[in-house]
Amino acid sequence: MNTYEYRKLKNTLASGLALACVILALIPLIYILAEVVMKGAPAMSWEFLTRRTTGTGEPGEGIGNAIFGTLLLVFYAALIGLPIGILTGIYVSEYGNNKLGTIVRFFNDVLANFPSIVVGLLAYALVVAYLNVGFSLIAGSVALAIIMIPIVANTTEEALRMVPNSLREGALALGVPRWRTVLKVMLANGRAGIVTGALLAVARVSGETAPLLLTAFYSSYWSLSPTEPIASLPLTIFRNFNSPSEVLLQQAWGAALVLILLVLTLNIGVRLLMKSKAKKSKAVKMKWMTRLSRKA
Amino acid sequence: MDDKIVTQGLNAYFGDVHAIKGIDIHIPSNAITAIIGPSGCGKSTLIRCMNRMHEVMRGARVTGKVLLDGQDIYSSQMDPVLVRTKVGMVFQKPNPFPTMSIYDNVVAGMRLNGERNWRKLDAVVERSLKLAALWDEVKHQLDASGVSISGGQQQRLCIARALAVEPEALLLDEPCSALDPIATAKIEDLLFDLKDKYTIVIVTHNMQQAARVADFTAFMYLGELVEFGVTKKVFENPDKELTEKYITGRFG
Repeated sequence: MNTYEYRKLKNTLASGLALACVILALIPLIYILAEVVMKGAPAMSWEFLTRRTTGTGEPGEGIGNAIFGTLLLVFYAALIGLPIGILTGIYVSEYGNNKLGTIVRFFNDVLANFPSIVVGLLAYALVVAYLNVGFSLIAGSVALAIIMIPIVANTTEEALRMVPNSLREGALALGVPRWRTVLKVMLANGRAGIVTGALLAVARVSGETAPLLLTAFYSSYWSLSPTEPIASLPLTIFRNFNSPSEVLLQQAWGAALVLILLVLTLNIGVRLLMKSKAKKSKAVKMKWMTRLSRKA
Repeated sequence: MDDKIVTQGLNAYFGDVHAIKGIDIHIPSNAITAIIGPSGCGKSTLIRCMNRMHEVMRGARVTGKVLLDGQDIYSSQMDPVLVRTKVGMVFQKPNPFPTMSIYDNVVAGMRLNGERNWRKLDAVVERSLKLAALWDEVKHQLDASGVSISGGQQQRLCIARALAVEPEALLLDEPCSALDPIATAKIEDLLFDLKDKYTIVIVTHNMQQAARVADFTAFMYLGELVEFGVTKKVFENPDKELTEKYITGRFG
């Protein structure tokens, strides 16, 4: 066998091995998806999606309040966590070439790998116990926000670092102040990465269970109040799996399916939104375009 | 002839590296001054000190004075942002903002500083693109992305962008090194037209280019200014042996 054939053989072996690993990695993913769809789909009905849990396991009850609760929890968490995370990322990337930046970066990495139950404990100690709010929507949102912050900060920093330095210098050389350069040039060019990071964080926290157990707790009722306990999809799954009732078990699978679909729609929705926004700003530009070409 | 930019005992550092060593240079008004020298001799650093872009880099620092119309741009009262509006800069690689259209790129400096009056902006776009000899080529596609045009056009767009904020001086850091000879010729013609209104400093590796466009030429070597004078004199009858060796290609 000459060297060329030997090299070809090695190449085939290596790429074959890589393909095998890809398939191996995909098997659990596809298996879980199939399992959730198969076991969860029979639970789907209008009642299931809109009625509240009574927890008795009688037919005809739903997970409506849990869906609503998860949406509320994630919404408030994003409200708290996204601005803090994005601003932290901006600071570390644009102004963090100093000791403070290094420290922030270090603690971000630590926090990103923190066990979420510990974050739940922290939110419990702070909001539930110390501020004496009790188990509540706001305590849950604070816990989820703390989990979001390092994820968002890291992806924002990464996205801004990907923007070529020449653009930063180009703007500064035009006499644009530093903060405007960051806002209008760096953020505009890193937008896709930042939005992806935010989505990643939202997707990650919408499935968090442990911290909610210690903060938002659980409720069988509809609730809007930030200071009352609230239901959530992950906790509904957790609670129902512990019950012997077949109906409740099926509801758990149904809730799992809803959770997956929720994350998926969120993802696709934001992508579509970004696309249509790009089109709209182009339409605005068309106006001055016609204005000037008339002159020309 | 007046001097637009004067450096006095200018030193620049990158961390521990001493990139510019005590340079005194007088850049005359309304003329083109070329800075030549081998790679790494501090040409780019020198012009980056003239609009306070050097300090943007991490660990970079400057000592000495740079006088713009007699005023030290490194004095503590001087706002670096104001300095950069007075002394514009064009970089080696064309760097139009990819998220902006051609139109928005030209007025980026004004818009990012809050100008909203579109009559004013329209006028600036037309004037700047005409100054940069790009108007006829892009007037029907002003909404196209700033990076959708050719490299030579992008570089002229960057010049238009720099001119739009009405600077008094323009620093060009090897503006033609990424361009073909035709695009280079266009930019050289452009510089020639611009020198009536602006003070121009151009860093170049291309000695023919320096000989063609520059009124004055400075030769730098290892962070020091070796020779400065009228281009013809520097090229035909230099005072220093080092300059002659570099210009005739007998170096090292």
